Amino acid sequence: MEETDWRFKIAHREALIGVGLALFNFIWWFGFAYGLGSRPVEEYSYIFGLPDWFFYSCIVGFLLICVLVIVIVKFFFTAVPFDEEEEL
Amino acid sequence: MNYAVLVPMLAFLVIIFFIGYWSSRKLSASSNFISDYFLGGRELGGFVLAMTMVATYGSASSFLGGPGTAYTMGFGWVLLAMAQVVTGYFVLMILGKKYAIMARRYKAVTMIDFLKARYNSTIVVLLSAFSIIVFLFSAMAAQWIGGARLVESLTGLSYNSALFLFAISVLVYVTIGGFRAVALTDAVQGAVMLVGTLVLLIAVIIAGGGIPNIVNDLINENPNLVTPYGADGNLTAAYVSSFWILVGVGVVGLPQIAVRAMSYKNSRSMHRALIIGTIVTGFIMLNMHLIGVFARPVMPGIEIGDKVIPLIALETLPPWVAGIVLAAPMAAIMSTVDSLLLLVSSSIVKDVYLNYIKPDATMKTIKQISFGVTGILGIIVFLLALNPPELLIFLNLFAFGGLEAAFIWPIVLGLYWKWGNKYGAMASMATGIFSYIVIHFYNIENGNLFGVHTVTVPVLLSLAAFITFSLLIDRKAYRYNTIK
Repeated sequence: MEETDWRFKIAHREALIGVGLALFNFIWWFGFAYGLGSRPVEEYSYIFGLPDWFFYSCIVGFLLICVLVIVIVKFFFTAVPFDEEEEL
Repeated sequence: MNYAVLVPMLAFLVIIFFIGYWSSRKLSASSNFISDYFLGGRELGGFVLAMTMVATYGSASSFLGGPGTAYTMGFGWVLLAMAQVVTGYFVLMILGKKYAIMARRYKAVTMIDFLKARYNSTIVVLLSAFSIIVFLFSAMAAQWIGGARLVESLTGLSYNSALFLFAISVLVYVTIGGFRAVALTDAVQGAVMLVGTLVLLIAVIIAGGGIPNIVNDLINENPNLVTPYGADGNLTAAYVSSFWILVGVGVVGLPQIAVRAMSYKNSRSMHRALIIGTIVTGFIMLNMHLIGVFARPVMPGIEIGDKVIPLIALETLPPWVAGIVLAAPMAAIMSTVDSLLLLVSSSIVKDVYLNYIKPDATMKTIKQISFGVTGILGIIVFLLALNPPELLIFLNLFAFGGLEAAFIWPIVLGLYWKWGNKYGAMASMATGIFSYIVIHFYNIENGNLFGVHTVTVPVLLSLAAFITFSLLIDRKAYRYNTIK
């Protein structure tokens, strides 16, 4: 029975985090865009002059994802050597 | 001729040339030509890596076509464009560490090397090389046409002279500098895009009298412009969401992006690239498409979408600033073209010639052939772009979606699913390309199948084909830990 390379366990976990983040990103983006944006235009409110659905979906969504990527990479990603002989 | 616009652009070209020259000096001192020429010796740091991915991905369509469509469609198209934020982190997180480790083990320099080592099949290699050469060649030619049109509209030169100027600039530095030149110039070009879009956005907002004023003008013209549904109300949620596959997660399957995920130096540069890539991609896409929408009240009545950005820049900015800002789309086109050029020539030299024609070629021969093939390809593209044939335009339509449908599963499942084998890979590639072409024609005739973008169904079908054939024929678990 062979051992799984320890670096692969980390790589697999990080790939799953990537999938999770993409799903979260999609739900946020979709939810605000079509949740708020489907009302008649007269009922829109405006934030910094932009329609509210757009502001929450695209502006806040984008900033939130940037923050999440930074937090995830800093705290949940582990540095591993790529070369077989390389020392960390 | 508009010299005030032209001079900053020429200055930009000179800087790019200088970087190409500098890289070529480093290349001549190299001991491993192949890895250096086609992969920059796997030593890209975080910033350069992030920028080269953004610049390669951000092509003529993000800078000219995309904003032009946003001009017509309104905020709905900006929403669609923001699907691309996911590419900034998704590709690097998914391919991530495992791809880097496996690529080094396999000593892979191209995406096809990876597929060759993983599936151990001549058919997979030749099928991949064929798809890359045909599709990317067409995509490249289309970008050259875009580049030439931009130079044409700025300088007043004829289309042919503009194309010549553009072609020479690209060819010289790619041919001599290789991947490192491409990656480094991408970094400069990425930075230009970043600053350029911000400057232009601010100028447009000022010209339009502030955002509330612009949005009011849009509502007065057509309230649909500020909804997620587009000017005619025909952008459906399903259609816009399906772009998450084409321009978001599916990008993992694009060879020119996947090859960059082999080139990072270590996990630290990968981590930095993740962060920088996400911020820069989102920032550029948001700004560029907002400029398109905001340009509408400022300059109504532009008929040709591709001209929105050049015209609005010339209108709202002092000429010399416009020159610098318009270097951004120029940069985007050049950096896409140069990566594609290098990728096609690496497929010919590395994946076909070295694998099957002359495996024992000497370093000197390899060098000469690499330069030669890159140069000749460039000349052929130039000749084709002079008078684009029907076939080329036809193939270009399939380029990105077709490649994604072909490669996404062989790469992703090849990495993470031990039951994946060569029969699955072949079936998946054939299904992807074939169904993409069929559905493309179906959609032209009947409107979009299930109301989603053409690429969606082929990606699902090729997944089904990959799994079915891998499990049905010669099922055997792949052992990732042992190398033959």
